[in-house]
Amino acid sequence: MLAESIVIIGVNHKTAPVAVREKLAFSGDCAGPLLTLMNIEGCRECCFLSTCNRVEVIFVAGDPAAAAVAVRGFLFAKSGLADAEAQQYSYIYQGRNAVEHLYHVAASLDSMVVGEPQILGQLKQAYREATEQKTTGVILNRLLHKSFSVAKRVRTETNIGGSAVSISYAAVQLAKKIFGSLRDKSVLLVGAGEMAELAAEHLVKQGIGRVVVANRTLERAAKLARQFNGTAVGLAELTTQLAEVDILISSTGATDLILRKDEVKPLMRQRKNRPLFLIDIAVPRDLDPELNDLDNVYLYDIDDLKNVVDVNKAEREKEALRAEGIVAEEVVKFGQWLEGMEIAPTITAIRQKANGIREAEVAKTLSVLKSLSENERRSVEMLANAIVNKLLHDPMVFLKNSASQDNPQLKLAFVRQLFGLDKESPEQ
Amino acid sequence: MTLLFQLTLYLYLLATAVYVVHFLSQHKQVRAAARGILLAGGILHTVYFVARYVAAGHTPLTSNHEAVSFFAWSMTWAFLSFWWRYRVKNFGVFVSPLISLLMLIAAFSSQEMAPLPPALRSNWLPVHASLAIMANGFMAMAFCGGVMYLLQEREIKKKKFGIFYSRLPSLEALDNLNQHCLALGFLLLTLGIITGSVWAKQAWGAYWQWDPKETWSLITWLIYAAILHQRLTVGWRRRRAAIMAIAGFGAVLFTLWGVTYLLGGVHSYVG
Repeated sequence: MLAESIVIIGVNHKTAPVAVREKLAFSGDCAGPLLTLMNIEGCRECCFLSTCNRVEVIFVAGDPAAAAVAVRGFLFAKSGLADAEAQQYSYIYQGRNAVEHLYHVAASLDSMVVGEPQILGQLKQAYREATEQKTTGVILNRLLHKSFSVAKRVRTETNIGGSAVSISYAAVQLAKKIFGSLRDKSVLLVGAGEMAELAAEHLVKQGIGRVVVANRTLERAAKLARQFNGTAVGLAELTTQLAEVDILISSTGATDLILRKDEVKPLMRQRKNRPLFLIDIAVPRDLDPELNDLDNVYLYDIDDLKNVVDVNKAEREKEALRAEGIVAEEVVKFGQWLEGMEIAPTITAIRQKANGIREAEVAKTLSVLKSLSENERRSVEMLANAIVNKLLHDPMVFLKNSASQDNPQLKLAFVRQLFGLDKESPEQ
Repeated sequence: MTLLFQLTLYLYLLATAVYVVHFLSQHKQVRAAARGILLAGGILHTVYFVARYVAAGHTPLTSNHEAVSFFAWSMTWAFLSFWWRYRVKNFGVFVSPLISLLMLIAAFSSQEMAPLPPALRSNWLPVHASLAIMANGFMAMAFCGGVMYLLQEREIKKKKFGIFYSRLPSLEALDNLNQHCLALGFLLLTLGIITGSVWAKQAWGAYWQWDPKETWSLITWLIYAAILHQRLTVGWRRRRAAIMAIAGFGAVLFTLWGVTYLLGGVHSYVG
């Protein structure tokens, strides 16, 4: 069976701890591994994916069992682990299961944070390198293209990537719900903690207009400000700055509140009621919880943001279930295509198509030529029959004569394309 | 004619139902269907208006039925025109029920065509009445925007994200919508009052005679003028602007119906 020749061997964050994964030691470049893999006996096609959470080899081989041992040997070559241990830390999928696994990976259902979209880009990059090295063929080309379209379907038909599942990104999403575009908005970072930096980074990525950093030590403020192309100010300027900015992210190590309701209230008049989004990620808290009672002021502390993230994570789990349905459907479709990629079904499909055309055309012609006698009608039918059979004779011989062919799939794919047997051809 | 009106009403009701389905399901095709139905309703409504004009022989804006129906008509087309230039996510589910409600009120009002009283026989009638009612249309849209703002703001403030958070646009977008509708509505209202005043001078010899409708129009105008003025000077925007848009619409409704049924005057519709 052709399907059984598709195999995935890999290591991911679920099967192996980082201590094992880092021992595999693959650098960014795929060309070397790809060429090594293609030298494995019987390996017809392959694609190599390496990210910080997973290393996978997707390959097609005539003798899958033998090739699998060799591929695993290659994966763990630098780790010094014996094959028994390597088997324990890795997974192997074959046939339908391999297709399903790849769809899961592409649609980010197998990721550490389900629904995060980076993996799709990494998979596309891996595929691009494989095509550059010409290590993919008919089967992997279609399989990978399909995995991209499955990922796209999952993304558009479910809400799997819709809501933020990290604290800093949740803060950015909230900012967008309050301010719409962040282009002409500004953010003030008070304190220069790591989380504040991360949130600021997200905001800059979303195109925030201006970054101001206020810190106890001006030196650290200046350093962070340079990083975001912003300005640095002293902590004493907090209230003056607050009259101007739209978002404040506070993460100081202060033991007491640094901003109280009474201090902000008069500022709102000065701000002409432009809304103010206060994010307090410090523990103990920096900002007076009562600030949230002011009109047009929105205060979120670290627990509030954590709640948002928890709700969103639960939502993603629910959406992942719907995504499973899409994956299952697509696995079946790919299985049908694979079944067609054999000689007998291809011949049947060509005959069916030709007979369909013949019958339709004969019926059309005979319905116009009503005056024909029974004999003449039979002659017309025979004519059509003869044309179809003679025209198909050579292609059929070409198809059946595959004994010497080293890669029958290529020929099959070509013939199927020539006769337009697979309605949805892989998008280029 | 009655059939035409009923068909329009049913289309609006159907559009409302489909908008609600879209709001819950968020399927793009459903939204397209809702918009298509609303558009069909708007076109049929226009046909109804023209047919009534031909049948009555004068601009059909003189009875409660006609005025309210035209009110709904201007909302529909204002909303549809927004689609072309100025899109607001899930605005339809808030606007279409209001349109349907107005049409239901029109449906239960007398649809009789009375001859035009001599006082209203003027070319100013279509200009003045349509401007005034179209102003109402935009104020109604600002009202919807205000309601959406308060719903969205509540979820963000309470930190409990329910049905609205992901479905409604950002607070900024809703505030802009509010301003946009109020500005257009205010312009139309101003023009409506000026044309009415000029007409009054021609018909009765005085620009202003403190007829209850005039008085209440002026009060409405002053409320909206205050909203827009305060917005520009001391920053009545966002939450307060949303509340004011809702309150201002109350004045609009009182001017439209309260005056007619409670206070009387020359604007009281025939029948």
